[in-house]
Order: sequence, then C-alpha cells, then structure tokens
Amino acid sequence: MTGLVVALSFIAVLALVLILGNLVLKGASSIDWAFFTRSPVPAGQTGGGVANAIVGSGLVVGLAALIGVPIGVGAGMYLAEYGSGKLGFIVRFIADVLNGTPSIVIGIVAWTFIVRPTHRFSALAGSVALAILMIPMLARTTEEMVRLVPHSLREAALALGYPRWRTSLKVVARTALTGIVTGCLVGIARVAGETAPLLFTALGNLNFSLSVTQPMQTLSLQIYVYATGPFEEWHRLAWASALVLMGLVLMISLTARWVTRQRYGSGS
Amino acid sequence: MTSLPIEGSSRRQSLLGADRSDRIYRRILTGFALALPLLFLMILAVLFVSALPALRRFGPSFLWTSTWDPVAELYGAAPMIVGTLLSSFLAILIAVPLALGVAIFLTEFAPRWLRQPVAFLVELLAAIPSVVYGLWGVFVLIPFLRTAVVPPLKAVLGWTPFLQGVFYGNSLLAGGVILAIMIVPYIAAVSREVLLAVPGSQREAALAMGATRWEAVRSAVLPYGRAGLIGAIILGLGRALGETMAVTMLIGNRHDIGISLLQPAYTMAAAIANEFSEATTNMYHSALFEVGLVLFVVTVVVNAIARILIWRVARGAAIGSRAL
Repeated sequence: MTGLVVALSFIAVLALVLILGNLVLKGASSIDWAFFTRSPVPAGQTGGGVANAIVGSGLVVGLAALIGVPIGVGAGMYLAEYGSGKLGFIVRFIADVLNGTPSIVIGIVAWTFIVRPTHRFSALAGSVALAILMIPMLARTTEEMVRLVPHSLREAALALGYPRWRTSLKVVARTALTGIVTGCLVGIARVAGETAPLLFTALGNLNFSLSVTQPMQTLSLQIYVYATGPFEEWHRLAWASALVLMGLVLMISLTARWVTRQRYGSGS
Repeated sequence: MTSLPIEGSSRRQSLLGADRSDRIYRRILTGFALALPLLFLMILAVLFVSALPALRRFGPSFLWTSTWDPVAELYGAAPMIVGTLLSSFLAILIAVPLALGVAIFLTEFAPRWLRQPVAFLVELLAAIPSVVYGLWGVFVLIPFLRTAVVPPLKAVLGWTPFLQGVFYGNSLLAGGVILAIMIVPYIAAVSREVLLAVPGSQREAALAMGATRWEAVRSAVLPYGRAGLIGAIILGLGRALGETMAVTMLIGNRHDIGISLLQPAYTMAAAIANEFSEATTNMYHSALFEVGLVLFVVTVVVNAIARILIWRVARGAAIGSRAL
C-alpha cells in the first residue's frame, strides 16, 4: 500500500513536470528580443512579439492591485485584530466562499458595473474584476500572516501605553509586513494569470495601448486567442507567452516561499 | 482579544487620549471588512436582476429543457448543466485518489526531508494559470489521449455507453482530465492539513494494537479526519464546477446532452465565456446571466458546505483559500 501512495504522489508531481517541461521545450526557443519589444504582426506573417500584452498585463494587474490591496489587507487586519466576534466569522466565511466563486461570474458582474454603463470595454473594467478576485484571497492571507505575530509583542506595546491603533499599525503590522507584502505579491501573481474575467472587460487589443479606458491586451488573453487560433505562428507565440507568464508566477511564488520561510521558520 | 477595561467604561479620555483614535481605527478596518459581505450581496443582486427577464420568461423549466436557440429566443440550460456535472464528476473520480494519495504519503509515509519539497511541487499546480492548462491540454494532452489512452480504453470498455462515438479530441474526457489535474492541489493541500490535525495519539494507539502503518492510517487516521476529507473533496468539486478557460478550450462546446466521454460537451462556465460577447439580444444576455446565477449559487452552496466540514476539523483555517 505504501507503494500505491508513492505512485500516486509521483503521478501528481509528474503532471507538474510535464506541464512545465513542455512550456520550456515549446516556448523557450521563441523568446528573443523582438518577443518582448514588438507588437503582434498581422495574422499569417511571421515575427512580431507581445510587447502590448506584457505592458497591458502590467497595467491591468497594477491597477487591480491599487484597488484590491488596500481593501483586502484592511479586511485582513480587521479579521486578525477584531475578528473574534460574529462579524469576523461572517467575513471570514464569505471570504472563503468568494474564493471559490468562478472567475467568469466575476467577469460578467464587472461587465455590468463598468462596461454596460460606459458602453465601452476597458482595461479599467478588467482591473475591477481582478480586484474583486484579489480581495478575499488577500484578506485571508493577511489575517494568517498577522496572526503569526506573537501576542507578547502586542502586549508589550500596549503595556508601554501605546494606543491600540498604533500598536496595530506600528508594531503588529510592521512585524508582519514581510508576510503581508509577499502574500500580496502571490495574490497579484495569481490574478495575473486570470483570463475568464477579462474576456468581456479588458477584451483584448491587437495594438499597443496605454489608455485604461480602452480595450487592452493581456498575456493571458493573448495566450487564449493564440492557442485557439489556426496559425502555427500563433501557437508558437502562445507557448512563449505562457512560458513568460508562468515564469513570472513561479518567480513570485518561490520568492514568497523563501522570504516567509526565512522569517517564520519552516511553517507549513 | 479582550479590550482594556478602561475602554468604553466612560466617555472619559484614556490616559494617552487614545480612545477616540482607537474607535476611528476600528471603524476604518470594519469598513474594509464590510466590503466582503457587500461584494457578495452585490454579485448576487447583479446576477439576479440581469437574469430576471429570463427567469420570468422561462421559469424553472430553464433548468431541464435543452433547446438553446438564440434566433427563436428559446433558452434551456440542461445540456450545459449536465455537462458541468459530468465533467466535474469525472474530474473528482480521477483527482480524489491522486490527491488523497499525495496527502497520505506526505503525512504518514514520506521521509521528513521529502515532505516540504513534494508538498510545494503539488501546490505549484495551483499556481499554473487556467489558460496555460488549456494550452497544454490542446497541444499535449489531447494528442496523448488520442494515441495512448482512448484506443486501449475503447478496446476494453468500448461496449459501454460511456465510450460511444469517434474521438476527435475536444471532449468530455479531455475536459475532465484537465479539471482533475487542476483540482488535485486543492484537495491535496486541504486533506494534508486535515490529516496533520489528527492527533498523534490516534496513530500510536492503532500501532500499539499491532496495526501496520497502513492499517493505522485506514482504521484510525482516515476515520478521524473523515469530515475534513469530505470537505476537501467538496472544495475540489466547487473549483471544478466553475473552472472556465481550460474547460472551454478542451470540452468541445456542444449544446447536446450525451454521456459518452469521447463526445464534445458543454459547461455553464464555458457557455458564458463563449457566447457572452456575441449575445446580441437582451433575452440572450439575460439567459446567460441566469446561467451565471445558477453557477454562482451552486458554487456558493458547495463551498459553504466544504468550509463547514473543514472548519469542523481545523477551526477558521484558510487552507485552500489564501494566496500562500
């Protein structure tokens, strides 16, 4: 029976290796200078890059972080500091439930809020959708990170006559800062890969655009369009884009792992 | 934390004049926290209001009729509901043994030095974006299924109704398999935490009675963590039901009810992803919003059940929900 669980674990890890291996195998050869610096060329031609999608991803996700991080971290602070009561229970529960909500549903909600009234697909609408996805995740991560701060530290600050809010901000939050920041980074990395909520909000754009009130391309949307398209050239760029996106996500995950371990020992 | 006795006892300023600022601080944080329930209600309200025309027109029969005809303005979601259930069920069937195997290996059998790295690698599966799974599925998984999996399957079980028809690639099978890989990390991570929460004394008691390690797992550890493990599986089910991109790219998107794994099917999430931008009439939009409403309500209920079961074992734990 031990052999069975070893074999099952091996299969699970093998799946990861196969996916990452294929990304490198099929994507790496297409990554060159032009890939990062040029926008797509018309369908059928070779060459071109995904500069517009990389910049677009940065803008859409950055804007989402601007909206989502304060709310998510604030809610997390509430859960850690005052979350023992009824409201804390409800908020925690709803955060967990929202975390399992299909992202496509968030997409059509953001569409209703922003695209329908403004009659225009926009990067901003995409950012709002991603922010909604980010908030419950960040709330829970922040809470967990803040809870790692030893009680004695808080009590020491209170005993010194620090008011509650300064204790919370200057002692507790500051101690947990590394954890909170890495939690935010990982949350941002997670939504950076989201595609479904952007389909009807950011929409995608074949040209280079910096205007957040206009449709905008992101790496994830680009991968979707290219992977489902008919051209070899597109498939090649899809693999390369996926490799870049995955590399970004992996880098952040690994850094977060490393930083939090340095700080809090080998927690789970 | 309990509040200091001086707080709230009177309107008198505390020694350092902190009473008021403390109250403001708390109020601000409460505001942020209230954003979550508010968001939840807003999502529900938006979906409900937008789905109202379809709800009025088709009533509950929306759920069990299978005509989807935008030209005649007739909508029934049965094919995508069945497709969602079938693909998620297939995913659970494949993912549960894998994930439980990983969890049991990591908590009971693996040498200590191997536990963290393997746990990390499996959790990395959750960090892969859905669209990358889709890409991999289209260009690697489907060819693999076509050459190595479907022919032997058909040879052995070809007579069952589950394997009728020709395998063209995009199918219930491809969608289910990719979903299975995607939900393994969630089920494995939560199951692992559940098993870790089982007191060592349970294991030791079984071992002391002469049980082998495997017998101890089966007779003591697994029964003790049962509620949490079921919660983990239901959590995985919730993920599978709402997963969009990878499934849209692999399942074939066909508006028909069929139980053959080799045939294309449809899911609710895929229907929204595919058709929302081409929905030209109000009723078409409304029907898709109703699909979204059904999907949202179902995943909320499923997730709520999962959380209650998991919290019973590990109170308030954020496993499978936090970013890290």
